[in-house]
Amino acid sequence: MTPLLQVEGLSKSYGAHLGCKDVNFTLWPGEVMGIVGESGSGKSTLLNCLAGHLAPDAGRVILDTRDKGPRDTVAMSEAERRWLARTDWAFVHQNPRDGLRMNVSAGGNVGERLMAVGARHYGDIRAQASDWLARVEIDAARVDDRPRAFSGGMQQRLQIARNLVTGPRLVFMDEPTGGLDVSVQARLLDLLRGLVRRLGLSAVIVTHDLAVVRLLADRLMVMKDGHVVEDGLTDQVLDDPQHAYTQLLVSSVLQA
Amino acid sequence: MSDYNFAYLDEATKRMLRRAILKAVAIPGYQVPFSSREMPMPYGWGTGGVQVTAACLVPEDTLKVIDQGADDTTNAVSIRKFFARVAGVATTEATAEASIIQTRHRIPETPLSEGQILVFQVPIPEPLRFLEPRETETRTMHALEDYGLMQVRLYEDIARHGEIARAYAYPVRVQGRYVMDPSPIPKFDNPKLNMSPALQLFGAGRECRIYALPPFTHVESLDFEDYPFQPSKAADQACAICEAADSYLDEVITDDTGGRMFVCSDTDYCAARVAARQGDAA
Amino acid sequence: MIEIAGVGKQFVLHNQGGAVLPVMTGASLSVGAGECVALVGASGAGKSTLMRMIWGNYRCEEGSINVAGTELCRAAPRVVLELRRSTLGYVSQFLRVIPRIPTRQIVAEPLLAQGIDEDAALAKAEGLLERLNLPQRLWSLSPTTFSGGEQQRVNIARGFIQDWPVMLLDEPTASLDAANRAVVLDLILEAKARGAAILGIFHDADARAAVCDREVDVTGFTPTKEAA
Repeated sequence: MTPLLQVEGLSKSYGAHLGCKDVNFTLWPGEVMGIVGESGSGKSTLLNCLAGHLAPDAGRVILDTRDKGPRDTVAMSEAERRWLARTDWAFVHQNPRDGLRMNVSAGGNVGERLMAVGARHYGDIRAQASDWLARVEIDAARVDDRPRAFSGGMQQRLQIARNLVTGPRLVFMDEPTGGLDVSVQARLLDLLRGLVRRLGLSAVIVTHDLAVVRLLADRLMVMKDGHVVEDGLTDQVLDDPQHAYTQLLVSSVLQA
Repeated sequence: MSDYNFAYLDEATKRMLRRAILKAVAIPGYQVPFSSREMPMPYGWGTGGVQVTAACLVPEDTLKVIDQGADDTTNAVSIRKFFARVAGVATTEATAEASIIQTRHRIPETPLSEGQILVFQVPIPEPLRFLEPRETETRTMHALEDYGLMQVRLYEDIARHGEIARAYAYPVRVQGRYVMDPSPIPKFDNPKLNMSPALQLFGAGRECRIYALPPFTHVESLDFEDYPFQPSKAADQACAICEAADSYLDEVITDDTGGRMFVCSDTDYCAARVAARQGDAA
Repeated sequence: MIEIAGVGKQFVLHNQGGAVLPVMTGASLSVGAGECVALVGASGAGKSTLMRMIWGNYRCEEGSINVAGTELCRAAPRVVLELRRSTLGYVSQFLRVIPRIPTRQIVAEPLLAQGIDEDAALAKAEGLLERLNLPQRLWSLSPTTFSGGEQQRVNIARGFIQDWPVMLLDEPTASLDAANRAVVLDLILEAKARGAAILGIFHDADARAAVCDREVDVTGFTPTKEAA
């Protein structure tokens, strides 16, 4: 089996300020990896480098692309990278407003990626958009409503549908349950788990919520001050943390 | 004539403009930035078109200027007079006699021919502008042919109105590459852009952009397979004056009790048809 | 099916002055197919620690843990994940689930993860829940609000829905009434009969006697004070 994503020596700094340093990992098809750490630990920098939003200073991000096999997304042209961003991977933002077009209908939001890769049949695009709304538990009758009329949880589900419509194999998520009520979080987590399982998706999820990673992630990477201090199976890292920082992190969680 | 440099602009400025025009011709549909000058008229009155026209004019040219198809509206008359004064060129209202036609919001009904130049006045050159506000991003989108968003706009029209509701400034794809705003011409005129024997130049003064369609360029209006482009016009009737059924019509309110008539927006075309008919009658 | 040799474990508490707690040394045992082995020993002797090292949520740094031919000591996450998907089942004392997910869905989860048809998986889940006498009205509710005994039965149903070749049982009969305890013991015997290798912790001596072939006393794996 070919790894879906191989990250080698990835580093990024902002002038004198360190973003992330010498990150290495391999993600296999179907795996969900969580990245935890406090604000400023470099987890979002890392995610943005992986997704091509930021250019790393050093390192390689080798993605097993659908059409051309393993390719270094850091070294490829912006045009190629954007194409992959519409086909092979997806990015779910913490704030749905960053990931949705708020003045475009739900159907248009979902259909955009299809149209960006060449779909030109309105009926087909609309049918696929409706199908995806149903899959993320949004009433298909709301296909023409704009996202600003949706609740926060619906907006986040719409963002997920918009990202998954072109069948990416890898999903990057930045605090996907961040701004949501606890009850809405649960529904979204269940939806994500079901989609990951049914579609065989791989995912990299950045969060500071250890409960979320325990329920969603197979593997966990712990970051502090731009460095990966520990990684392993999610329940192993949480139940038997090895590094001082991880031990502190795990012991600091309030037990509900 | 001695009061002004030929065609108002200094020679260095015309050289800058011609370079931009040449580049635009070389890359059909691509918006070339240029250093727009202050012109003796306000932005929105055709400063971009006037600069492009000034850069193209030679003393032998015959100039026609139309506004919404008409030769006799304020904008058209003042620009025509302007060039008559600063360039001393001949002017005409007959499409076929003009070597350069500056236009606002129309393409003449009379088919253009090789050797003619059509200069469009453009208010907002960027077809992606109202979808994506960042210029850096729209430029990147053009560079990478990332045009999904443009299609989203058409999708939204169908979802909302049951059809692509844009009646003017209908976006086109040039030679299968750049998506271009054809300026606010009615979509009825879009087919005339395609494979035109004339050189078509677009000038946006406030936005500092020039773009071009060289003669015989393939220009395709964006659409969906199941909602194909329709170059329709609002009124499906004939002109009340010349009875033309194939020209673009303006609605004219004739009184305050709801009376109205539809007449050709292209005054030269309409007048020529009327004259021909009277000639036949006589 | 389970081969453990020379396994040791210590915790380093970095936030408590780097205190080192040795909790296990020289642990060795083996469980064959169709066999049920009980871990015994006083509370705190390391029964649960050993179980967790086999499951993989405690890291194994010393010795060898081999389950169905797969070495788990220092194994990569994907090796452990694949083993958990296909071979190794675990009935823990804790129910960790996403809130608001219906019970039948939770029980069917291991089958769904294998890509088994949803209707078939749910039917099998309902069969098990029925057998464990969980009232039908609870099936469509989330177990987060259930009583301890009800949650335990959900856990057991999820643990037994798949025919795992190797199973770890952590107090499977705790907090169950006699009738349900009998059902669980039957499930264990059935698993043994189809050849599953089972390692368990049973505080209930009668239960232990009913299903276990052997006992392994983990007291022998506890580090002596001198070693510490």
